Amino acid sequence: MAFAEISDGRMTQQGGGVPDVVETYILSLPDIHCAGCISKIEKVIAKEPEVISVRVNLTLKRVTVHTGRGVTADHLIKTIGNLGYKARELDAGYLSDEASKARDKGLLMRLAVAGFAAMNVMLLSVAVWSGATDATRDMMHWVSAAIALPAIAFAAQPFFNNAYGALAVRRLNMDVPISLAIVLAGAMSLYETSQGGTHAYFDAALSLTFFLLAGRYLDHRTRASARSAAQELTALEVARATKITDGKKETVPLDSLMLGDTILVNPGGRIPVDGVIQSGDSEVDRAFLTGESAPVYAGPKSRVHAGEINLTGPLTIEVSAVARDSALQQLAELVAVAENARTKYTSLADRAAAVYAPGVHILAALALVGWLLISGDLRLSVNIAIAVLIITCPCALGLAVPAVTTAASGRLFRRGVLLKSGTALERLAEIDTVVFDKTGTLTLGELIIDGLENCRPADIALAAALGTGSNHPMARALVDAADGLHLVLPKVGDIKEHPGFGIAGRLENQDIRLGRALWVKGTQSDSSATFLKRGDEPAVCFKFTDKIRPGAVEVVRDLNSHGIHIKLLSGDTQHAVAQLAREVGIEDFTAEISPKQKAGEIANLQSDGCKVLMVGDGLNDTAALRVAHVSMSPASAIDAARVASDIVLLGRNLTALGECLRTAKSARRRIKENFTFAALYNLVAVPIALAGFATPLIAALAMSASSITVTLNAWRVRL
Amino acid sequence: MEILVFLIPISLFLGGLGLWAFFWALKTNQFQDPQGDAERILMPDYDDQPKS
Repeated sequence: MAFAEISDGRMTQQGGGVPDVVETYILSLPDIHCAGCISKIEKVIAKEPEVISVRVNLTLKRVTVHTGRGVTADHLIKTIGNLGYKARELDAGYLSDEASKARDKGLLMRLAVAGFAAMNVMLLSVAVWSGATDATRDMMHWVSAAIALPAIAFAAQPFFNNAYGALAVRRLNMDVPISLAIVLAGAMSLYETSQGGTHAYFDAALSLTFFLLAGRYLDHRTRASARSAAQELTALEVARATKITDGKKETVPLDSLMLGDTILVNPGGRIPVDGVIQSGDSEVDRAFLTGESAPVYAGPKSRVHAGEINLTGPLTIEVSAVARDSALQQLAELVAVAENARTKYTSLADRAAAVYAPGVHILAALALVGWLLISGDLRLSVNIAIAVLIITCPCALGLAVPAVTTAASGRLFRRGVLLKSGTALERLAEIDTVVFDKTGTLTLGELIIDGLENCRPADIALAAALGTGSNHPMARALVDAADGLHLVLPKVGDIKEHPGFGIAGRLENQDIRLGRALWVKGTQSDSSATFLKRGDEPAVCFKFTDKIRPGAVEVVRDLNSHGIHIKLLSGDTQHAVAQLAREVGIEDFTAEISPKQKAGEIANLQSDGCKVLMVGDGLNDTAALRVAHVSMSPASAIDAARVASDIVLLGRNLTALGECLRTAKSARRRIKENFTFAALYNLVAVPIALAGFATPLIAALAMSASSITVTLNAWRVRL
Repeated sequence: MEILVFLIPISLFLGGLGLWAFFWALKTNQFQDPQGDAERILMPDYDDQPKS
């Protein structure tokens, strides 16, 4: 076991026994690009003690390190950091997707076998088409049979399995006519060959299998690559917590935490579980849970929830609910109750199959009965019925949707949009209403000073000088503002951060304080403001507002010009929401709304016949994301929201949304065009088959030509 | 036409060889890191465990 795992890496300990692999770390290295990077990183890591093997993968921009005991991820990250590369740990558990990889390889092997056999049999058939007769023809047919039958038995298994699955529950899907055509064509051709007949459809059966497998494979690849990118996003948050036992700190996996354990959360860290604060004062950012943009004070005895971010001071927290049944879980229950609109959606391909599959069977049956009545020759009638089945077989239909989806998702991926669901594009093309969340979606969740022009530069400079070392978003906003105005910061001495309250310092024998109203001037006031007090002078107030996400205004204008209704639903205060709505140009908004109401609002819209796209990032949006016809979240969104949504926007910019809608519409148009093309080919070929003039040559031509037309048409989406 | 007795098996054998080569490449993870493999060939140090 140990040897199998490490045999694919670079060995660093030659000779002797192979040491056991205790830990496997996977680090993401976004900056590597050349042989030099690979070589530098591998050499440095390999020199570390206890490292058993290290291998960089340049395609995935990752390094896999197998180590013995006592090596931490932080240490590896620091070692790589010293070389000047950024590294982030990925959760190995999320990335080991062996089942999908095996399926991927299996499908590729079947495709290769089908392609190999189809080409060979096609070449043998050319001899028959160009006029081979008697013994030569029979020999060609027998050789074809010897290649085709085993190849079909292996390569067409996915279709047989799916068809059987559908028939077992008494339903028809696209795979039923496919399997029937393949099996019947094989069986009939074998019978004809044994009787020395003229027509054998081995080539048709094989090229059918090949083209359809190609469609299946494209489909699978698109989904696999979207899934692996989504997994990488998820894996970025490694589930570990710092546990304190008898004064000793220890990093443990989140799963091993028990009720009553004590954990430490440093400033800037995300609180991993629900709990009660034992000691420490700080402020927490609850934007992900409630949509509130302003930080909230948290001190001893305060309750904190998983997903909140600790801002200023270290907190020791007693665990009151473990990860699996925390506040996250309560929201998850709400999500589970929310009816999933997607399960009710039938994809275009399924709708086409519902009409197509019975139609094909009826047509073939009619041909059989009709010819039996006219000629009375059973063998001829069966031949013609099977020719109809082969020619109408949805080869082009099988490619019509996957080829377009592959092309469209490739195009969107290059623009930073990740499609997680196969039918997301089709559903996106139908929407007429867009519902936005505010904090973290239309805004970045980063604060900036509101009304900067009304502030005295000297005040900003002083406040920035105090806030320089702080993690607090308001302090950072002040520092950024001072940077933007190129202010020279005064030298403030004795700076001390009082977590949860503010920052104090001394300048020219005056006490200076920056922080909460209560702490600075003794009166309570609006929480989205901070105050600066110099000695005995009256306190100066800085108000903050959330920074608008780049592209938000453009997207709203873009959507409006397409006649799409836009709505803003937020859990934040009326004042904050109204102000943002005015700035980005949204007229219809609702503030102070609970997660349940959000989902309810969307359900109402949909029961009125609207098709809703929900864009949100927080836990409070998760239920709404599930209810909506299509859902989208930015990459900065919390895990649960990304899982619930169909589409993830990778960049910071929101303009990709408009692009996404346009691509969805053009993809839908192409899919419909493809169905039309496939139908047209049938319209020409079916009468020929019904009249009994279909030869294997005509079948092969119709099939290849329609498949190629459909694929070429699909590639136009990429342009 | 007797020549077919040789030609058909030979062409099938050659085609099968290609198929086998593809299977081998797939099984030994030759497609896992195509970019990295292209770059590694330029490295001056000897790669003693070339598979990945």
